[in-house]
Amino acid sequence: MSKLVLKNVVKRYGSFDAVADFSLELAKGEFVSLLGPSGCGKTTTLRMIAGFMPPTAGTIEMDGKQISSAGHVVPPEHRRMSMIFQSYAIWPNMTVGENVGFGLQIRKLSRAEIDRRVDKILDVVQMRNLKGRYPAELSGGQQQRVALARAIVVEPEVLLLDEPLSNLDANLREEMRFEIRRLHDEFKITTVYVTHDQSEAMVTSDRIVVMNKGKIEQIDPPHTLYGRPRSRFVAGFIGRTNFLEGRHEAGEVRFDGFAAKAGSLEGVNGSGALLYSLRPQAIGLTTRQPSGQALAVESEISSRSYLGEYWDYQVRPLAGTKPVRVSTSPSQVFEVGSRVWLEIDPAAMVRVE
Amino acid sequence: MTATASTLDTAPARTARAGGFDSTWLLWIGIIAVLLFLVVSPFIYLVITSFQAERTGEFTFANYATAYGRARYVEALLNSLKLGAVSALLAGIFAVPLAWAVARTDMPGRGLTRMLVLATFITPPYTGAVAWILLAGPNAGWLNRFYTLLTGAEAGPFNIYSFSGLALVIALYSFPYIFIFTTAALELVSSEMEDAANILGAGPWRTMWRVTLPLALPAILGGLIICFLEAIALFGSPAMIAIPARFNVVTTQLFQFFGNPVRVEVAAAYAMPLLGITVLLVLVQRLMTHRKGFVALTGKGGERRPILLGRWRWVVFGYAMFVAALAVFLPYVFLLQSAFAKAWGRGFAWDNISLQNFRFVLFEHATAAKSVLNSFLYAGASATVAVFLTLGIAYIVARKLVPFGGVLGFLCVAPFVIPGVVLAIGFYAAYAPPPLSLYGTALILILAFTTRFLPVGYVNASAAIRSVNPEMEEAVRVLGGSRLTALRRVVTPLLKRNLLGAWLLIFIPATRELSAAIFLYGPNTKVASVMIFDMSEEGNFERLAALALILQVLTLPLLWVGQKALGRDFMLRRNAT
Ligand SMILES: Nc1ncnc2c1ncn2[C@@H]1O[C@H](COP(=O)(O)OP(=O)(O)O)[C@@H](O)[C@H]1O
Ligand SMILES: [Mg+2]
Repeated sequence: MSKLVLKNVVKRYGSFDAVADFSLELAKGEFVSLLGPSGCGKTTTLRMIAGFMPPTAGTIEMDGKQISSAGHVVPPEHRRMSMIFQSYAIWPNMTVGENVGFGLQIRKLSRAEIDRRVDKILDVVQMRNLKGRYPAELSGGQQQRVALARAIVVEPEVLLLDEPLSNLDANLREEMRFEIRRLHDEFKITTVYVTHDQSEAMVTSDRIVVMNKGKIEQIDPPHTLYGRPRSRFVAGFIGRTNFLEGRHEAGEVRFDGFAAKAGSLEGVNGSGALLYSLRPQAIGLTTRQPSGQALAVESEISSRSYLGEYWDYQVRPLAGTKPVRVSTSPSQVFEVGSRVWLEIDPAAMVRVE
Repeated sequence: MTATASTLDTAPARTARAGGFDSTWLLWIGIIAVLLFLVVSPFIYLVITSFQAERTGEFTFANYATAYGRARYVEALLNSLKLGAVSALLAGIFAVPLAWAVARTDMPGRGLTRMLVLATFITPPYTGAVAWILLAGPNAGWLNRFYTLLTGAEAGPFNIYSFSGLALVIALYSFPYIFIFTTAALELVSSEMEDAANILGAGPWRTMWRVTLPLALPAILGGLIICFLEAIALFGSPAMIAIPARFNVVTTQLFQFFGNPVRVEVAAAYAMPLLGITVLLVLVQRLMTHRKGFVALTGKGGERRPILLGRWRWVVFGYAMFVAALAVFLPYVFLLQSAFAKAWGRGFAWDNISLQNFRFVLFEHATAAKSVLNSFLYAGASATVAVFLTLGIAYIVARKLVPFGGVLGFLCVAPFVIPGVVLAIGFYAAYAPPPLSLYGTALILILAFTTRFLPVGYVNASAAIRSVNPEMEEAVRVLGGSRLTALRRVVTPLLKRNLLGAWLLIFIPATRELSAAIFLYGPNTKVASVMIFDMSEEGNFERLAALALILQVLTLPLLWVGQKALGRDFMLRRNAT
C-alpha cells in the first residue's frame, strides 16, 4: 500500500490555480522531490500535505486514511509528520537540546528517554557538543543540522522539506544534500523534498516531480528525467539541451542542416512539425568523416568557450543556419572556423512536446 | 565655520595619534561642554543639593532625615510603587491581547485598532485624566449618571478619585508602550516558528504558550517596566486625582516640597529613590532584552501568515473596541461635549451648546492662548536643538572622529533614566541660583525639554547614520569634495526623512510636557500643559476641555506630515530604546 496518496489535488486562489490537478503516490520509505521554478506551486503542495491549508478540491491520504479534503483537514499537529522550513524556524529561546527534544516532550516521553534520543540524534548530525548552545550562537549549517535532528528525532511518518538548503552557501549546500540523502538511507523516512535546484533533486531523490505553473510535467527517476524528458519544459529545466525542430516529409525528418530517416527516430507520427531534444554531451565531434550508424553532418565551429571541465562549442551545419551546442572533453580542441563533423546518434534524440 | 570644515576634513587620519592638541579636540570639548551643561551638571547638582543645608550650603544629612522622617512621606513613596505595579499590570491586560490580535491574527479592524492606539498615545495623560473625571467623578460623572438612570439606584458605583481610578487612568494612557514593544516582537516571530511547533504535534494553544509567548515575553516585560516607570514618574494625573482623593505619591509630594517656600534640598533628597528605581529597572530591562536566548533570528522565508481566529475574531475585535472605548471614544465624546457646553453638567441639550469656551480660551483669557504659543515655540526650539545636536554626535560617534566617542553616546541616552520631575529639580538646583538665574525663563524650559528628549533624538539619529553607507561619502571625497560637502550634499539629504521623523517624535511630546515644566515655568513662560493643570485646579472643565482639544487639533497636521514622510506607524514604532 502507498504511504501517501495525493488525488487530483487543486489549490485555487480566486481564479488562479496555484496547484492544478496534482496526483502523486509515494511508496513507504520513498524520497520524492518536487522540482520547478519559483512560484510553480511547490510550497503550496507541501503545505497542503502538512495540513497547514485545505485543498480546494481533491484528497490526500496517508496509510489509506483520508487526511485532507476540501471539507475536512486533520490539523498538522495530528499528522505525525515533520517539516523542515526554509528559515529553519529554530526557536531562539530554546537551546539546541530543547529544540530537538520539543517534539518528544509533546509525545510525553520520559525525561530520560528524551535525553537518550536527543543525544543519539545529535550524534548522528554531529552536534552533540553544542547541545547547550542557543541558536543565535550557531552558524547557518549548524542550524540546518539542528532543524534536521529536530525533524527526524520524532520518527515521523512523513518528512517534508521546503528548500532547506537555499540559505546556505554553495559549498555547504553541496555537503548538506549528501547529508540529507545519508540520513534518509539510515532512517528510511518517507520524504517529500521541495527545491528549485535540479542537482539537489537529482542527488537526493528516488523520483522527481517536475512542476510548472501548478501542473505536473513529469514524474520519473532522475536518470529517466534526464535521458527521456517528455516535454520541452522538462528537457530545458533539467540540464542543458538543444531543441531541434524538424518536419516529417516522405519518410524523412528534415532538420536545420541535416535529415534523419523517419524509422531511426522515436515518436515520428503523422506529418508536420516535430520537436526533438538532443543533449550537447550526446553529440560527437570529429575532424574526419565518421563511419557507422550515426548521422554525420559536415559543419563549422562558429564559437567556443573553455569551462575547465569541458569545451562548449557552437557548431553550425554547413547546410544549416542555426548552430548546435556540443560539449566535449577538455582534450578535444578545435579552432573557430575549422571544418568538423557532427556525429549524431538518432536514438539519443528525444521527442518532446 | 571654516575652522570646523578643516577639522572635519582631517579628522579620521590624524586624531588617532595622541599628544597633539589639534582642532579635533576643540570639537570634542565643545560637544562635551554642551552635554555637561545639559545632562551632567543638573544631575550632579541634584545629588549635591540633596546633601546641602538650606541657605548655608553646608554638608548635611538633614534633608534625607526630613524627606523620610514622616510616615506620610514614606507612604507616598510606597503608594507610587503600588501605583506603578497596578497600572503596569492593567496596561498589560489592555495591551497584550491587542498587540497579539493586531500583529498575528485576522481580527477585523486591525488598522483601525492601530489608529486608535495611536490616538491614545497622543492623548496627554492629564487630558485623559480630565476626561475620566468627567466620566467617573462621583455623582456627576457621566458613567454614574447613566448607571443611576438605568438602574434607578441612588448613586453610581464609579469614583475616579481613588487609587484604582488613578491606576486605571494611568494604565489607559500608557498601554501603548506595551503595545508597541509587543507588536514589534511578535512581528519578528515568523509563522514558520509556529508551524514548526505545530507539525511536531503542538496544538495552537501549546504553540502559543511554548513558542510565541516566550519569544515576545522579554518585550512584554520591557513594556511593563516602561509603564511602571511612566506611572511612578507621572505628575499630572496623580495631581488631579490623588490629591482630591487624599493620598500622595512621590511626584505630588515632590510638588509640595516645591511649594511655598521652595525646599529644593529636601526635594532633591526625596527624589533619589525615584531616580534609583528608574536606573535599576532600565538596566534590568536592557539585560532582559539582550539575553542571548532571546535574540530573535531572522532569515529568508520568515513570512508571517495571520492566525485564523474563526468566530473568535469578533470576540477579540469586541475587546479591542472595549479598550478603545475606555481610552478614546468615551473620553473624547465627553471632552467635546464639555468643550462646547455652557455647563458640562447640563448634558446634551441644544441650548447648552456654545463656542464661548473656545472664544474665552483663545481671545479673552490673559495667558491661555499665549501658553499654547509658548508650548509650540519651546517644543520647536528644543526639537531643533536636540535633532541637530544628536545628529552631529551620532555622526561623530559612528565615524569615530574623536576618541572615546562612546562617552558622548552614553551621555545622550542617559536622560532616559531621569524622570521629568527629577530632571526639573536638577535643573532648578543647577541653574535657578545666580549667576545664571534661569528659573522661570524660556531658556530653562527649552534646555530641560532638550535634555528630556535627547535620548529619542540620539537613538533615531544613530540609527539613521548607520543606514548611510560610508562609501557614499567616500565617493564624494574621492571626487574631491570635503567631508563637509559630503555631509551637506549627501548625508543630510539622505537623512531628511529621518531627521523630520526625529524632530516630530520630540516636538509632539514636548508640546504636552508637564512633569518638568510645572517645576520650571515662570509667570511669562506658562505652557499649555501647565495652563490645563491650573484650570483643573480651578474646576474649570469646560474651558479646560476646549484648551485640551485645541492642543490635540494642532497636533493633527504634524501627525499627518509625519505619516506622509515616514509611513503610517511612525509614532508607534519602537523608538525609545
Ligand atoms: N495566499 C495566496 N494568495 C494568492 N496567491 C498565492 C498565495 N500563496 C501563494 N500564491 C501563489 O501561488 C503560486 C505558488 O506559490 P508557491 O507554492 O509558494 O510557489 P513555490 O513554492 O513553487 O515557489 C505563486 O504564484 C504564488 O504567488
Ligand atoms: Mg516555495
